[in-house]
Amino acid sequence: MEEKNNKIDIILLLVFTALLLGVNIYLFAGKILPVNAIGIGIVIAAILTLSLYSFLYKDNPFFKIAENLFVGAGMGISVVIIWFNYLKPELYKPLIRYAVRDNIPGEPNFWLIIPMLLGLFMFARFLKKTMWLSRWSFAFIIGGGAGISIPVVIHSFILKQIEPSLQPVFVDGSFTLQSINIILLLSGTISVLIYFFFSTPHTGIVGNISRLGIWFLMVAFGASFGYTVMGRMSLLIQRIQFLLTDWLKINIQ
Amino acid sequence: MSSSRCIFIFLVILLIVFGLSRLGGTISFAQSNSQLLPLQGFTAFDTPNDVGDSVGLIWKVSENDREGVHYIVSTAPSQEGGGDGQWTKLDPILSTTCYKSDFPQYFGIDESNKLWHFYEVSVTTTTYFKLAITDGVNIVEFPSVVSATPKGNWFDTSKVNILVCVIFFSGLIMFFIRAARHNPNLFIRHIPGLDAIEETIGRATEMGKPILYLNGLHGMDSLSTIASISILSKVASKVANYDSQIKVPCYDPIVMSVCQEVIKEAYIAAGRPDAFKSDNIFFITNDQFAYAAAVEGMMMRDKPAANLYMGYYYAEALLLSETGAATGAMQIAGTDSITQLPFFITTCDYTLMGEELYASSAYLSREPLQLGSLKGQDVSKALIILILFIGSVLTTFGVTFLTNLFRTF
Repeated sequence: MEEKNNKIDIILLLVFTALLLGVNIYLFAGKILPVNAIGIGIVIAAILTLSLYSFLYKDNPFFKIAENLFVGAGMGISVVIIWFNYLKPELYKPLIRYAVRDNIPGEPNFWLIIPMLLGLFMFARFLKKTMWLSRWSFAFIIGGGAGISIPVVIHSFILKQIEPSLQPVFVDGSFTLQSINIILLLSGTISVLIYFFFSTPHTGIVGNISRLGIWFLMVAFGASFGYTVMGRMSLLIQRIQFLLTDWLKINIQ
Repeated sequence: MSSSRCIFIFLVILLIVFGLSRLGGTISFAQSNSQLLPLQGFTAFDTPNDVGDSVGLIWKVSENDREGVHYIVSTAPSQEGGGDGQWTKLDPILSTTCYKSDFPQYFGIDESNKLWHFYEVSVTTTTYFKLAITDGVNIVEFPSVVSATPKGNWFDTSKVNILVCVIFFSGLIMFFIRAARHNPNLFIRHIPGLDAIEETIGRATEMGKPILYLNGLHGMDSLSTIASISILSKVASKVANYDSQIKVPCYDPIVMSVCQEVIKEAYIAAGRPDAFKSDNIFFITNDQFAYAAAVEGMMMRDKPAANLYMGYYYAEALLLSETGAATGAMQIAGTDSITQLPFFITTCDYTLMGEELYASSAYLSREPLQLGSLKGQDVSKALIILILFIGSVLTTFGVTFLTNLFRTF
């Protein structure tokens, strides 16, 4: 059975390759696509798109090629971004440039030696004797990260949430639809908070309120799910539009 | 009555009406003039709570303020004006706008703030200001020139409530850490997803296949990654005991280094340093979808027995967990990424939602530090519930004191 499946896979692979070749030759020969960088770029993009979608069938050589290309290109781009967006403007220009070139106007910023050393300590991990130095960098990153994020968390996740929850239930002295909204908001917030209360077992009244909290959570997740799926659908449509109009030049209007 | 007499009376009435109307016009004109009263209390000062890139101007609200009346602020680098003695006029300010009460981040919440106008001007050096008011016809100027020098402030008073909360919550957590050191058996409710972790490791051991552990896309400065690493330590310890295998493909090189350290220590603590393979903890790329594609490929080729997704995820969450589900792996996720939780809930066997991720590391380790933190956070939550309840009741009855305490800028 497995051998038969493998045979089918090979046939499908060959058909897929032949189709890709045939279609692209037709597109170039028929001058539907220009034989220049733009045309070749469109063809490569289309082949890579289809190769990645081929994963929906099963893992295959086309997907592996696209995957490795993707990882390699992604890594290459990030190295370039790190150099041009971080290392060059933040370290090379204000500090290292003065050491390696003459007649540079201005003064070097010697404070940058500290973060530069912390960065270099990360490479100390390659040697067993100097490995301990990398812990200084980690301590700085983790400590600094926690120090920066704690006030932000209190600001965004506690105070910013409390303030809008403290609304008068009666709007202009009367019970309106907005009052129901406020009660729902308040009961949702309190019941979800009780669900995330770990110090008491979720039984009795606490259990009932936390169950209500789960209901609120699931309603919110459902809405979020639907919203995101719609977003993903638009991405798919965008991709199909690219394949049909930009690659195959089929007018779908 | 003869018609000439009627005409005469009519003309007299006409004259009286015309005279009155002229008189009225004069009165009205005089009122218009008198309504542009002299300006009061014009002062310039360094804007509080800023980095030193602006100064503030205040002046008293007056009876002049109405539609069609504008204030005009003029600036110059010296009291005598600019190089040519000219003053630069800023955009006119409608007299019914720009109150101190619109800027509670600078002046707090006070009813008297409604009695003052406030205007912020972006400057970096000492600047001189003149103020005038105009209704389009008349102009009244404030008699003197004022000046201010912008300065950066070390302390942002609008964030005092955040500081108080940080100190209070930190104090609570430290108190409970002490309590946990004295009594490490503090109660934590059962978290179902965690029991499943042991089940997944057992399953992987029986199947002879690895466990795939992902830390999410955040770096080491993220709380969810720190919690994930903490759980990884416990999982690695169990994996070492069961003589199973764990693979950790990383998105961030620093996270990779930390993972290597943590897993190595877990293997050493379990008495199995020989079984530790640093090659199993590796960096892939820090490109989101390239990372997802690579991990998906690994899932399809290695067919891991279990996939554990702990940490913060973005759009790749569904791609990863859906592929994992397709391979038939047992999946446990834990994330505080609200937008991705629905996807994990639908595709994974167990999901640790939000704070459950943080609680899990305390539950697994029973370390006083983590237990105390969790208890402290629980008490904080109880207090927040109380504040919400009392605050809502008070606000309903028109008492806004508590709401103002929690206002942020």
